[in-house]
This record gives sequence, structure tokens and C-alpha cells, in this order.
Amino acid sequence: MRNNGSGQPSEPGRAAVRVDGLRVVRPAGHRRPGIEVLRGIDATVPRGQVVGLLGPSGSGKTTLMRTVVGVQQITAGTVEVLDRPAGEESLRRRVGYVTQSPSVYADLSVVENLRYFARLVAVGEDDVARSLAEVDLTALAGRRVSTLSGGEASRVSLAVALLASPELLVLDEPTVGLDPVLRRDLWDLFGRLAAGGTTLLVSSHVMDEAQRCDRLLLLREGHLLADSTLADLLARTGASHVEAAFLHLVEGR
Amino acid sequence: MSPRLTLATAERVLRQVRHDPRTIGLLVGLPCLVLWLIAWMFEGTPVLDQFGPLLLGLFPLVVMFLVTSVATLRERQSGTLERLMTLPVGRGDIVIGYALAFGALAVLQALVLTGFAVLVLGMEVAGALWVVVLVAVLDGLLGTALGLAASAAARTEFQAVQMMPLIIFPQLVTAGLMMPRDQMPTVLEVISRAMPLTYGLEALQDLAAGAGLHDVRGAVTAVALFIVGALMLGTATLRRSTR
Repeated sequence: MRNNGSGQPSEPGRAAVRVDGLRVVRPAGHRRPGIEVLRGIDATVPRGQVVGLLGPSGSGKTTLMRTVVGVQQITAGTVEVLDRPAGEESLRRRVGYVTQSPSVYADLSVVENLRYFARLVAVGEDDVARSLAEVDLTALAGRRVSTLSGGEASRVSLAVALLASPELLVLDEPTVGLDPVLRRDLWDLFGRLAAGGTTLLVSSHVMDEAQRCDRLLLLREGHLLADSTLADLLARTGASHVEAAFLHLVEGR
Repeated sequence: MSPRLTLATAERVLRQVRHDPRTIGLLVGLPCLVLWLIAWMFEGTPVLDQFGPLLLGLFPLVVMFLVTSVATLRERQSGTLERLMTLPVGRGDIVIGYALAFGALAVLQALVLTGFAVLVLGMEVAGALWVVVLVAVLDGLLGTALGLAASAAARTEFQAVQMMPLIIFPQLVTAGLMMPRDQMPTVLEVISRAMPLTYGLEALQDLAAGAGLHDVRGAVTAVALFIVGALMLGTATLRRSTR
């Protein structure tokens, strides 16, 4: 299904991510071969906005994000990131990616993790301190990651992505399992980053997080149901909240 | 690839090992214990002098293989490898970084083990002792390189551990310890010549029997080539994007 959202089309060159006719089919030899994970996606992520990628688990959110950061082989279509083909070498400093499970070294301390990744992206101790402060982990800097709670560990993972002050942040379910206070704090951080010009693509299966996004991409079973603002989505479907709009789009087809 | 990124990775791997006393025990303590048991059991016989040098090469190979394949598999499973693949770091930086870190550990292991065998247990090596240390380090590096290559084929830590007997044990049989190579059936002799472990152990056998660097230079070169080959294989099997 093509996007028939009513959000204003973004002007050329102002899109952080442009996805065109994207299909991903699991090849033979894969653990789950032959499954079409993404079935022709057209989507745009405008620069400087927080875009929510919403959908149930198994809808293809992670696969779509992996194509944006260039670690997923695609079957057809194109993905353009910051006006370059996704995965191009020059993008590796400009795009930050946080996977769903915390991808940091559990047997190192928080600050040891940050210092290693800081050396890889060629930033200094100032940026280590800034990233720690941004996710509110300064007090835990010396702790081994394996001794942290799941939520703390995922904030370490987020801090790593903030080190290079990337232009585009791709965050896969960053708020899963966090208490409401931390969740609010993180969304506040995302808002501040966007206000500073960073583009954020944030996935979630919690529909009410849509409130905090400038735009929404609704994904289900590899199809994009909507690419619009929350207000437009509600107006178009006549629903009172995202969950209802989602049901309307699924069952109204 | 850049030296800065390679060294950062090597330093990070060493930091991880330093936080794990059990791995250090496995690398250094266990081989010393086994050598001591052998020395005690065969006290008054030349067994330690004959087989001690072989063990000095075999331990690093087996232990380094295991530690490296599990460490790199954890890197794949925890998602840190996927993160590295989105960062400005080369695949070679990661593989060589691992090889440098475990190479440094292999040097430490070989020095401690040889020192313990010679000074504490009284092992006498007929050949050049420093070449024994050199070959032991190369065997450790070979274990690391093979472990890096093998971990690409494993999906779970259990599979990574299964790789060890799969890759090491058949090689032990054909390495020429049980039967001199020229007495083997032709097919086995050819297989023996194609296996890296053959050369690592052959050099140590010759050294125990009184050889110097000049006599084992062929075998040492063969081990070095196998290390380079396995590292290249390990780099090639590291994919930046997956299906």
C-alpha cells in the first residue's frame, strides 16, 4: 500500500532519509527464508524532526532501521540518507544507531565503553562527559555495565551514539522497559536534540509515544500504513488516538 | 584500516580480558598446573624434556582458539559488532586489533610457561630455548587467527565451543605425534602437510631434539603463513551488511 498520508511533502534536499520502493526479502539459507519483511516502502524523514516509527513487533521496524544505517542488504528500492546512499562510508560519522538490546561491552565500565567508541569516532573526553550527562549517567560512569539495570545499560548504548553528535540518530525502541520518569526525560532529550537540528528516527511499539513525535510512520506486516503528522492522521481517520487510527487503517482496507 | 583504530580495539580487548580473572587463569594458571603434574608424574625420566616443549605450543593454540572464538562470537551476539559496522572503523581494524591483543597475551603466556617449565620444573630443552618461545607465541597467534575465522561459522557460544574439538582434534591425529609423517598412508600424509598444526608441533618436536632456528625455519614460515591466511579469512567473513 502506498502512502496516502496528508502531511506536507518535504522539499527536496531537506529530507534526512528518503526511502523509495524498498523491499527486503529473506533469502534462501536465512533462518526464516522467503519472508518478505518490507513490501515496498516509500517514506521520508524530514531533517530536524523527531519521526516515530510505530508498529507491532514483527512489523519490520528493525529491518527498516537497519537499511537506513546500511547493515541490511536490500532486495529492491533505494534508501538515501543525508543525500548519500545508505551505508556509504562518509555517513558512518554522521549517523548514530542504537540497537534494541544495548550494544555495549558488558564486561567494561560505562566510561571505558564510551572512551573506546570515542576513539573510533575521533572525539575527545569532552564529548564523553557530555554524552554521559545527556543520558544522566555521570554518577554511574565507573560501574561495570553488567552490574547495571536494563534501562541503565540501554542509556549507555544511547550515550555511545551521542558521542559524535550525529546529524541523524536511529533509535530502535530506546524507551522499552524504562520507568515513566526516565521515559519522559529521554523524550525531552530527543526534543532538545531535534531543536538543535538533529534528525531522529525512533521506533516504538507503544502507540502513545506518538504524542512526542513531529511525524509518524505506521508500519504493519511490512506495509507502510501512514506517513504523516499525528494531527493529520487523526483527522483523516476520524480517530481520537493513534491506536484507534491504526485499527481504522488496518481494518478499513 | 588505521593504526589508531586497530590499537584502540586491541586495548579494549585487553581491558575486557583484564576484567576476567578466569580467562587469565585459563591462559596461564592451567597450563602451569598441567606441566607440573607431568613433571611430578614422570620425575626422573626424560618425558618432560621430550614433550614439555610440545605442550608449550599446544596450550596456547587450544586456549587462544577457545577464548578468541567465544569473545568474537559474543561481539556478534551482543550487537556490538553490528554497531562497529556502522562506525568509521575497518573490518581489518577489528580483526587485527583482536590478533594484537591476543598476540600480546600469547607472548605473556609463552614467557610465563617457558619460565615456569625451565626454572621451576627443571625442563631441559636440547635446542634453542628462545625459538621455543617464538614458536609457542606463533602457535598462540595461530589459535587466535583460527578462532577468529571459525567464529564466523558459529551462531551460538555452544557452537563456538564445539568448533574447538572439530578443528583441533583431527589435526592432532595427523600432526605427526602418533606416527612420523613419512610412515603414514599417502592420503593422510597429504592431509597432514595441509594442516597448520602439523608445522607448529613439528618445529617444537625438532627443537626438543636439539634443533636451532635454522633447522625449523621452514615450519616457522608455514605457521606464519597460516596465521596470515586465517586472519584474511576472518576479515573476509566479517560482513558489513547482512541478510
